[in-house]
Amino acid sequence: MAKRPKGAIIGIGELQPVRYSEGKTTLGLIAESVQLALADAGITKDEIDGLLVGPQVGETPQHVPATVSEYLGISPTMSNTVDLGGATGAGMVWRAAAAIEAGMCETVVCVLANKNEKGQVPRSPNRNPIREFDVPFGASGANTSYALLKREHMEVYGSKQEDFARIAYWSRKNAQKNPKAIFYDKPVELEDILQSPMISDPLRLLEIVMPCAGGAAVIVTSEEKAKQTKNNAVYLKGAGEKITHRAVSQAPTVDQLPFAYSIPHALKQAEIDGKDLDLLSLYDCYTSVVAVQLESIGICKPGEFGDFVRSHTFGHDGDYPLNTHGGQLGFGQADLAGGMSHVIEAVVQLRGEGEERQIPDAKYALVTGNGATLSETTALVLGGEQ
Amino acid sequence: MTNISFPEPTITAVSKPFWDKIAEKQFFLQRCDDCAQWVFYPRAHCPHCFGSNLTWKEASGKGKVKSWSIVHRAGHPAWQERTPYAVGIVELAEGPTLLTHLLIGEQDLSYQLPVEISFQSLNERLLPFFQKKGD
Ligand SMILES: [Zn+2]
Repeated sequence: MAKRPKGAIIGIGELQPVRYSEGKTTLGLIAESVQLALADAGITKDEIDGLLVGPQVGETPQHVPATVSEYLGISPTMSNTVDLGGATGAGMVWRAAAAIEAGMCETVVCVLANKNEKGQVPRSPNRNPIREFDVPFGASGANTSYALLKREHMEVYGSKQEDFARIAYWSRKNAQKNPKAIFYDKPVELEDILQSPMISDPLRLLEIVMPCAGGAAVIVTSEEKAKQTKNNAVYLKGAGEKITHRAVSQAPTVDQLPFAYSIPHALKQAEIDGKDLDLLSLYDCYTSVVAVQLESIGICKPGEFGDFVRSHTFGHDGDYPLNTHGGQLGFGQADLAGGMSHVIEAVVQLRGEGEERQIPDAKYALVTGNGATLSETTALVLGGEQ
Repeated sequence: MTNISFPEPTITAVSKPFWDKIAEKQFFLQRCDDCAQWVFYPRAHCPHCFGSNLTWKEASGKGKVKSWSIVHRAGHPAWQERTPYAVGIVELAEGPTLLTHLLIGEQDLSYQLPVEISFQSLNERLLPFFQKKGD
């Protein structure tokens, strides 16, 4: 097993998700997010010598790190675009630590943001094999792809609609303690989820994230520098990543999906067990994605998440606090920045700054990211102590 | 039907033989001369052994349903007019999996259902859809 990555998160900044952003640019949202993260860390932009950004397709299709550096007025000694779909946020934190350990830089800003305007056109023409071999048959977009994975889970393991609906239920319930959540003040009952419109059978509307605009940034630095900063730093204790396919048609069978590798790897590096986790901050673009992850953590067996979600509670005072900010299903999915929201919530909880949604004695959090159709998966174990 | 047309395959130099055979109602896949495994979608190199000796060979056009979805909200406006319809992943008898349109009613769909190829015309182009075996 690879050696444990070392690094610490010393600053976080997150914009409140909004359904539509009027008069904003992606670069502007990136700058706002970084400003917040720098203020939180108590450092200036001149201390940043590393930059990781997402692929800002459309507005800045090429030379993204240079464009963002120029816009922010920074001159990093390490910069990269990270393109792991929804796993980009978690993937950045690990890459930042690796770059720091390799001596490329000491303090990295990882930032993701996107605008979302009414009537926004698709970002770029697609010429990949999905466009050639899936789309012409009537399967375009993530909903149908995730529906296919959900169906397979139901058929192979006998999991039920209600099992999946429980995951959306807890996300929305937890969002009621987060005034920044896009579905704050909009609770739902299990029955509402089960009765919501069928989008791509067996996938219903309330099991799917709502696209929105937003931005998020975190600052990762060396463990040495972290000790000198004003906040309680949050440390990277373990990481795992696995990428297996791109198109849902090329996915391995449902028991071999890549989280089955990345999550155990992160736990092993952190030298903890799934049961030692105080917070599950799990990427939840769809309910089925959480189901697969619960089965990969080792807290329930493959195929048995249904029993597990019926016999445990996932709220702030539950035995398995899950997506305490509301997750993407409750808080909002600001495109790639939606993945960073899971990192930020873990930092908030481990620093003990969750206010009315604070969970007791948060020591270890599992943070995950998932891109494409359960294709690109990243898992991090974060801890409040070095 | 409006004048919005169905999205067509974006054919490449490597995949063209596949579509040329489909146009003749034939189903050809690549097979690796080195490791004897079948390959789909078409590639320049074998993803199993990374050899470069792929040969186009006729495949059975038979397989089993690995998963399916009944689409109610299509991702493309032309397909929206056909909703609800079924798409699925078929595991071909030769091994590879592919995504396809299933000409099977919701009540007849089941896991591992045996299916076979059915060439259907869309935008005046033939596409390999699948139907229940023996239908
Ligand atoms: Zn081969």
